[in-house]
Amino acid sequence: MTFIRRIAAAWLAVSLLWCLIETAPPARAETTLKAVMHSDLKIVDPIWTTAYIVRNHGYMIYDTLFATDAKGDIKPQMVGKYDVSADKLTYTMTLRDGLLWHDGKPVTAEDCVASIKRWAQKDTMGQKMMSFVKDLVVVDPKTFKIVLKEQTGLVLPALGKPSSNVPFMMPKRVADTPASEQISDFTGSGPFVFKKDEWKPGDKAVYVKNPQYKPRSEPASGLAGGKVVKVDRVEWRAISDHQTAINALLAGEIDYIETPPHDLLPVLKKDANVKLVDSNPLGNQYVFRYNTLAKPFDNAKIRQAVMVAFNQKDFLEAVVGDPAYYKVCKALFPCGSPNESFKGMDGFLDSNFEKAKALLKEAGYDGTPIVLMHSTDLAVLTNLAPVAKNLMEKAGFKVDMQSMDWQTLVSRRAKKDPPAQGGWHAFLTSWVAADILNPIGAGFINASCDTAMFGWPCDKELESLRDQYARETNPAKLKGIAEAVQVRETQYPTHVWLGQWYGPVATRKNVTGIIAAPAPAFWGIEKTGR
Amino acid sequence: MLGYIVRRIFATIPVVTVVAVLVFLLLRFTGGDPAAIIAGDSATTQQVAEIRVKLGLERPIVEQFVIWIGRIARGDFGESFFFKKTVAELIRDRLEPTAALAVCTILLAVSIAVPLGVVAAAWRGTWIDRLVMGFCVLGFSVPVFVIGYALIYFFAIELAWLPVQGYQRISEGFGGFLERLILPSVTLAVIYVALIARITRTSVLEVMGADHVRTARAKGLGAITILLRHVLRNAAVPIVTVIGLGVALLIGGVVVTESVYGIPGLGRLTVDAVLARDYPTVQAVILLFSVVYVMINLLVDLTYTFLDPRIRY
Repeated sequence: MTFIRRIAAAWLAVSLLWCLIETAPPARAETTLKAVMHSDLKIVDPIWTTAYIVRNHGYMIYDTLFATDAKGDIKPQMVGKYDVSADKLTYTMTLRDGLLWHDGKPVTAEDCVASIKRWAQKDTMGQKMMSFVKDLVVVDPKTFKIVLKEQTGLVLPALGKPSSNVPFMMPKRVADTPASEQISDFTGSGPFVFKKDEWKPGDKAVYVKNPQYKPRSEPASGLAGGKVVKVDRVEWRAISDHQTAINALLAGEIDYIETPPHDLLPVLKKDANVKLVDSNPLGNQYVFRYNTLAKPFDNAKIRQAVMVAFNQKDFLEAVVGDPAYYKVCKALFPCGSPNESFKGMDGFLDSNFEKAKALLKEAGYDGTPIVLMHSTDLAVLTNLAPVAKNLMEKAGFKVDMQSMDWQTLVSRRAKKDPPAQGGWHAFLTSWVAADILNPIGAGFINASCDTAMFGWPCDKELESLRDQYARETNPAKLKGIAEAVQVRETQYPTHVWLGQWYGPVATRKNVTGIIAAPAPAFWGIEKTGR
Repeated sequence: MLGYIVRRIFATIPVVTVVAVLVFLLLRFTGGDPAAIIAGDSATTQQVAEIRVKLGLERPIVEQFVIWIGRIARGDFGESFFFKKTVAELIRDRLEPTAALAVCTILLAVSIAVPLGVVAAAWRGTWIDRLVMGFCVLGFSVPVFVIGYALIYFFAIELAWLPVQGYQRISEGFGGFLERLILPSVTLAVIYVALIARITRTSVLEVMGADHVRTARAKGLGAITILLRHVLRNAAVPIVTVIGLGVALLIGGVVVTESVYGIPGLGRLTVDAVLARDYPTVQAVILLFSVVYVMINLLVDLTYTFLDPRIRY
């Protein structure tokens, strides 16, 4: 009997212990979000390069003075309050309280002035803004002034621009690095801290939650508002093979793919544990870029013939395929953005081959083969050049399509040599719509000859319109100038815009809170369970 | 013997020098400008030019070569154009995954292929022989990435027995390390199993018809003893040659497997560096590969002396 009682007591004790273990709250596990981005992080200076992956890295660890919200409005971010003088020549900005660098030191006005100066050496919009600036004055540790020579409406749009080069704020000691050199100190004040010791290019980049970060009180909206971090750690895993990344997401080994290819979306849609999220409502725009230095594209009429011969649907169908992920949009500035307009677009982008042939004849096209660079290794671009070749040939062009990897194309497009000697006539690429919201930010509209981007268009009228846009301080008048730019673009084409496309983010079902923004935002994202 | 080894090691110097010159020149004459790639999409011509100056790419090619070879002589592989890391650091990070994959693959391949080849030879002309040779033809014919994706589908997605991708360092746990190496090693081993099994079969068949084997049989020795003592040892030289060749080829052959399985090894580093025109990294990795290749050949040559006493250097 005693023995049986002992057994019963032991059983009861074990049962009670088990109950205690079962009901005790589990120790909080660290939440790690594993993401596959569109590219591996190789360079880590977002001012030194305009590469989007580096911009995304910038948003992780740095903060901005202003930011663009979901409606496209510019909102203060690091700035607590700002004031514009009555003559609109002085902007006084005061940093909000509690801003700290990752090393614990306070963010100062001096840091911000140094950061603006470095950024403005590289960024097109920054350069334009600085051409209006007389002085940047530090008033006190938290306040600085931007004093202008003459009025411009560019100050806030430039400081709050959402895409490359984003004016990220860095400590003065870092921002003092010449713009032609890469930084090697990755101290920021953003919502995440970069783990340099865990960064293995080709493998992973690691970010941990910044415990000192003080988010704004407003809810997150686009790239503005409160950047509240809800995961402890974010790992960007470098998986170069799309199929492998998709397999890893299906198996639950990763949580997030920034840009799953369109042809694999049906595989993801079938899986109940995966969801697709449209995180970039403005999307991207395909572009055909001319080299205006190379004959016959030095003749605007011949460039017009290309615009007349093209239609957007053929390009979008060839690459994206699913109409849910593309939009035919004849506007130079993205559809859905404040400068969207169709003025002057009648007769263009309709594949009117007879009209294109007539333009070629009128312009005296002599049959010079057009060297069209065709990139073969980026799925989102590969099918564009064959469509362009087909449409141009139907219009009477001779086309010499040369296939190469994207990096060779990038190198070759910087050359001004004649096409027969290693130069080029045209290539196709894609812009994030946030980069091309206005005539100042959209690099391909810059027609300042030698200082313009590759393709080197040279047109006083376009430059004059861009200048008017930069000087205009009345927002109501900006759209009119943007429309005039669009009309001029049809007369002096610097590029052809070939429609908008969208790529959803793919995540596991347990990942929530993805913010719609022109660049991936990792604040606000929550991961629960498996 | 020692003299021979020293001579062979010295003989690597001209080989590596030729490789260095060729790689350097090939990279310079291949289309592509690292400065334009680094500068990004929105860069102006002036920005690209500034970066070229910073990287020293505007200097004459001869000057660039002299600077680079001078550094190599001092054991300095330079700094990557892209990563804020030295090339030596990059290689060190990537060496373990590739070495682990190569070792696992070759161990797996040898342990399967040699018995298979011997079995096929012992049962020559039977259905067993045909089955083994049929597998070998299949192993040669199916591309590595097809095998990889098929294995991932069955074992990682459908059955969920093994991970889809990734690599875990041995220092982070042997279980995870091995778990992540199984599928890549099997994928990569298939072709080597096919190659080694065929050579083993041919070699064993050749020796089995030799006089000394007939004598052994006449003496009444058992089949297993004859196979192990008299056949395999004499058939080993061509098998070792092909295994050595396999190891050397593996170093270059891991690229596809590393991509399919998301393994951050030297193969992927090379591809990434080539695509990005990261000259210092490409040059260093290819130099390393050539040194390893030469060393493996030396090891294979030395192994001959243990396997066949008639071979002396």
